[in-house]
Amino acid sequence: MSSPIRQCAERASAPGSAPASASPKPVAASPGDRWRGLPSPLRHLLLAALGLAAVTALLLVTGDLTALRVAAVGYTMLAIAGLQLLVGGSGQVSLGHGAFMMIGAYAMALLVLYQPMLPLAANLLIIVALSVVAGIAVGAATARLHGPYLAGATLILAVGLPGLTHRYHDLLGGSNGLVIRTAGAPPLLQGLVSDSEWKALVVWTAVVIGLAALATVSTGRLGRRMRAIRDDETAAAMAGIPVGATKVVAFVIASAAGGLAGGLQAYVLGTATPSTFTLALSLTLLAGLVLGGIGSLWGALWASVAIVYLELWASDLARALDLSRDAENNLPIVFFGVVIILVLRFWPLGVHGALQRVTIRLRSREPR
Amino acid sequence: MRNRSGTRTALAAALALTMLATACTGAGEVTGEEGVDLDVSTGVTEDSVIIGSHQPLTGPAAPGYLAISQGARAVFEYVNAQGGVNGREIDYRVEDDAYDPAQTIDATRQLVLEDEIFAMVGGLGTPTHSAVIDYLNEQGVPDVFPASGALAWNNPGEHPLTYGWQTDYTKEAKIQGQYIAENFAGEDVGYLYQNDDVGEDSQAGLDQYLAEQVVAREHYESEVPDVSAQIAELERAGAEVVVCSCIPAFVALGMLEAARIGYEPQWVVSSIGGDTATLQGLLSEFTQDTDAADVPADAFLDGMLITSYMPRVEDEDDEWAQFFLDVYEEYGEGGTVTNTHVFGMTQAVMFAQVLMSAGEDLTRQALVDALENQEWRGPSPVPFASGDGDHGGHQGVYVVRYESGGSIEMIQDPRVTDREGGDIEETDFAPLGPDELVFHD
Repeated sequence: MSSPIRQCAERASAPGSAPASASPKPVAASPGDRWRGLPSPLRHLLLAALGLAAVTALLLVTGDLTALRVAAVGYTMLAIAGLQLLVGGSGQVSLGHGAFMMIGAYAMALLVLYQPMLPLAANLLIIVALSVVAGIAVGAATARLHGPYLAGATLILAVGLPGLTHRYHDLLGGSNGLVIRTAGAPPLLQGLVSDSEWKALVVWTAVVIGLAALATVSTGRLGRRMRAIRDDETAAAMAGIPVGATKVVAFVIASAAGGLAGGLQAYVLGTATPSTFTLALSLTLLAGLVLGGIGSLWGALWASVAIVYLELWASDLARALDLSRDAENNLPIVFFGVVIILVLRFWPLGVHGALQRVTIRLRSREPR
Repeated sequence: MRNRSGTRTALAAALALTMLATACTGAGEVTGEEGVDLDVSTGVTEDSVIIGSHQPLTGPAAPGYLAISQGARAVFEYVNAQGGVNGREIDYRVEDDAYDPAQTIDATRQLVLEDEIFAMVGGLGTPTHSAVIDYLNEQGVPDVFPASGALAWNNPGEHPLTYGWQTDYTKEAKIQGQYIAENFAGEDVGYLYQNDDVGEDSQAGLDQYLAEQVVAREHYESEVPDVSAQIAELERAGAEVVVCSCIPAFVALGMLEAARIGYEPQWVVSSIGGDTATLQGLLSEFTQDTDAADVPADAFLDGMLITSYMPRVEDEDDEWAQFFLDVYEEYGEGGTVTNTHVFGMTQAVMFAQVLMSAGEDLTRQALVDALENQEWRGPSPVPFASGDGDHGGHQGVYVVRYESGGSIEMIQDPRVTDREGGDIEETDFAPLGPDELVFHD
């Protein structure tokens, strides 16, 4: 399901590998080289299509419940991938990523409620545009901040934004939020795919396009600039990189990904409430990113799988252990924390880092 | 080349989105659903029936509402120990949703698709249950007795399988309003309410009787545990009676704050905030390490008026209250029995009762028919509606006064009303006792 993402991710995580178009080497005839000879956006889109096909296959063999969770993995992954570009790419820490998801989710809910005839794609484009505007506003205001100051500033966003739903109670529905109903599978496909499966497919289509865009940015010139800034801002500035502008752009791209993810979440779940977009969500996204592995889009996949499934597995485990009810109810949260601590203790680069180490070790054993 | 590749990405993305656009019409245009098949016995075997519920077992709402599923579980275990219902044991499965609608959706799907529940019983919360009510009705899962007083549950046209339970906020507020207008005529009244459907629907009822007497309307947000500004404003406006349409935590906060500034209004509290055992727990927690630490929590509650529709655990003469205490003693998970436990227990008894009426050939249609035709006779002392196009559940409330020391006094017998502008009427409804009511084999 994820091989495409992995490959883009590997490229993204290897700052040294310049896009093939810029490579001075003559193009050889082997399939690998021909693949690398393709322009990077095309390559990423092809991989995205492959990923989508894999998700479709997965959906065909599983049921409705899995469809909902696969969709959840999808939009969570997009949100984390955006955060990845920001934190892992440009070295800015944001504790307010959940706020951008909230902007996206409420935008989707309002669009569906007040403009029901707009097609979903238009809604998603509007949401991306809106998140970009929000990202510019926040990013421009925080571009001069570093480390904990930036974290503090974005923290305000995560804490404060849900309060807007109370301030504009009539429009945003207060603490009960907004409930929407979205169209399911088109009549043509009814019977072939269920509504949930259709929604999961729509989510993943948007997600893989988003990921392809993120991967392209990450492997391109912009990505290289971001990494230069992450590693040493002064050196980057001396090399002629516009530090402020690049940081704002990174923030904007991340917020667009977050907003799109939130919009997709509202589309799938049919509800947007302030209790979904608490500070805990922003922290979970960041914790998930650390768990999955900072510095690669591939880590975003592990992170989202962990966020969606780890608690489920833990509650199954708790049930199997036949613990007292209090322990059973709270075990999943403890489990998530323990897993993060263990992963970081033994594999500081997260799950992706661990897997990379294993592959490198396997490769080095191969006879040359 | 690089510039061109950016353009290409944009082009490709636009192309893909256009394809997506042509594949579906307006995102908010929902086609009418076809009828669902109710002649199924999902979750029913020869000797068991699986039912499910979504409850906040963890997170900020858990301390207030954990007791509901504990109470319900105790009753279902009691029923099973008596031989079940029509020879079937009730398998009660509770999924945690942490009061987050996003998690409610997952929990509900898991119950419906994985656990294959026969019916959803007592799904808790307005924002949470709103997120799954469409799904349950589309899947043909009877959605029995959601635990919230929102008006939305009583809408048989749109949600034919949803049967409300709690006296809705407007009905309750109308009876509160009339009581205050009659017994505190001419006194100034202030509202303190939760700023969501609770407050909105409550005011719709109160205003029918108190529009002339209101001097202040103050709201709180359930995320912000501070009501000092609101209480100060109520005092400034000179409110002699304060109607609190609040959850327990905010009733306690409000009373403490009022005591702190020496403001002593007559408190009138809705059923959702009127669980005195929970209030005492909260009050002693809030007063810990303050000057008021030696004041018994009970003293704050003295003289408070509470509207209620279920049996009350403080009532020593009530057969059902005593029955619930005994059942919880034997089948519960320990601790003090509160009115929040009684909430879950009453719900469980009523569900078992209707399951009994549905008969031995249990299908979802049989359950719906039983609900539509059930002649409810308790445990609540208030009439209950679940048929004839009215899925409103409890139809009214009675009024009690709490006295420090733990006793309550009934000061107005149950009255019933509708959620519109209809009259409030007295009722001669009398519930059957635990020995007479048939709800297990």
